[in-house]
Amino acid sequence: MASVTQVQARRTSSHRKRKLLDQLIAYSFIAPNFIGFAVFTLVPLVFALALSFMNWDGANSISFAGLDNFRRLFRDKVFIKALINTLVYTAATVPLTLVASLALALLLNSRIFARNFFRTVSFFPYVASLVAVAAVWNMLFSPSMGPVNMLLSKVFKVSAEDLPRWAADKDWAMTTVVMFSIWKYMGYYMVIFLAGLQNTNPELYEAAALDGANPQQKFWHVTLPQLRPTTFFVLMMLIITSFKVYDIIYNITQGGPGNATMVLVYYIYNTAFVSWDLGYASAISMVLFLLVLGITLLQFRGERHFDDI
Amino acid sequence: MTHANALASRRSTKYWLLKGLTYLILALLTLLPFVWMLSASLKLNKDVFTFPIDWIPDQPRWANYSEIWTTIPLGLFIANTAKLSVIVTCLQLLTSSFGAYAFAKLHFKGRKVLFTTYVSTIAVPWQAYMVPQFIMMRSFHLNNTHLAIICLQAFSAFGVFMMRQFYLSIPDELCEAARIDGMSQYGIWARIMLPLSKPALSTLTIFTFVATWNDFLGPMIYLTETRLKTIQIGLRMFITQYSTEYGLIMAASVVALIPVLIIFLSLQKYFVQGIATAGLKG
Repeated sequence: MASVTQVQARRTSSHRKRKLLDQLIAYSFIAPNFIGFAVFTLVPLVFALALSFMNWDGANSISFAGLDNFRRLFRDKVFIKALINTLVYTAATVPLTLVASLALALLLNSRIFARNFFRTVSFFPYVASLVAVAAVWNMLFSPSMGPVNMLLSKVFKVSAEDLPRWAADKDWAMTTVVMFSIWKYMGYYMVIFLAGLQNTNPELYEAAALDGANPQQKFWHVTLPQLRPTTFFVLMMLIITSFKVYDIIYNITQGGPGNATMVLVYYIYNTAFVSWDLGYASAISMVLFLLVLGITLLQFRGERHFDDI
Repeated sequence: MTHANALASRRSTKYWLLKGLTYLILALLTLLPFVWMLSASLKLNKDVFTFPIDWIPDQPRWANYSEIWTTIPLGLFIANTAKLSVIVTCLQLLTSSFGAYAFAKLHFKGRKVLFTTYVSTIAVPWQAYMVPQFIMMRSFHLNNTHLAIICLQAFSAFGVFMMRQFYLSIPDELCEAARIDGMSQYGIWARIMLPLSKPALSTLTIFTFVATWNDFLGPMIYLTETRLKTIQIGLRMFITQYSTEYGLIMAASVVALIPVLIIFLSLQKYFVQGIATAGLKG
């Protein structure tokens, strides 16, 4: 009898050991990524929240600021300008890129000559290095000698004082940035729309054709409703990337002229790495975080909605 | 009947013309800046802005392409970028596919909590915590080292998420059968999961490589010494310093574009598939 319980006990203990080992093996798979992820993402994330309630220049001693940094946001004209500019940039870029990429996808989804060539070409601006294409853009739109203004003045006879000064003019700088952004990113979203179009139901088009629908009617009543989840996804992606815009601004206008194209991330960068006002920079970061969080929550709700259908 | 046919054919001609025209505009819009860039890279500064545009210069100035290598350390910049992109991509593939295997196929305590943490951080913009991240790296004395960029890019939650989604589509029975045959979990990962997940690995490779190659803000914050700079911020520095050397700037820009274009053209299929299915990276 005694030996039976001993064997049982030995069995459960070896079973337990086995289970423990399985757990350890599982953790060993996650550990390499998790350690890096925890140290370089999770810790800074928590640190960012804490820092927004502090005053610190990164060198001298740190002090508690309470809500001062957040109160400062409401009085800071540059911050308000940056917030408005970010929203304006988003409001202009998002719908225009959406329409452009959808149009491009519809065009390149139909049976046409050299379709793959055109698909590849329209993807070029997206993969091309931003610094390089921004340099070209700045030369093309150079106010005094750029080919665009030359074309406007020599061919379209726009008088010299009416010529837009593009990135150098506070009223045109945002337009210049938005145009560049659409040009650079429409190819990317086109690919997502193309994938969406691939999933549309061909039977519905046959039914519409039998009912005598013309191409416009087919687009509005068959294609567009089927593309709704894709469109929603692209919309959310576009809004989030627009909130985070920085490199385009830096390479086209450097936030200027004046603060005409100052956006949130640009202001975070300047506050942190030029003025070394780290607590305040973190408070601005929290505003960016909340904006993106809001859109993400909206996206989760929307996706659940589309899954239900 | 004939009337209707004539009407239809007239409409189709009009439709065809309209379509052709749209194509032409499209091709011009996307390609012209690149053509102009190429053409300007072969010109003297004074000829870059002549109007009407001289698309093919009479005497192409190939010297621009030899001068840029000595005016700026372009070779060094490219070598730095290639080194970073390759290391980051390898680490990313390794740690992501490793971690994803546990999330997809193994049972352990805290799996749900850990996975939720991973997924929810994908939505947090990096720009919101880049400041404390820099402070932390600086305290490790990692600012102005390539290691900082590697640490920054190599452990993404997105990679784990993407690989996990792919692994979920591989049947559990396959792993169980291998277990019964006495294969260890590491063996299953290496000999079953990795070979089966080639499409997902290719997608992750291109995304990570292009993202690291074209990254701007990260290197700009961390790499202030010229000898460490990547092609993006190196090119930017050149543009700021020599703002009127138009021909040279365009030549350097063409050189900066070429590696990514080659990668893109050779792996285009995976790239497009990646964006279409899992490629939801912002």
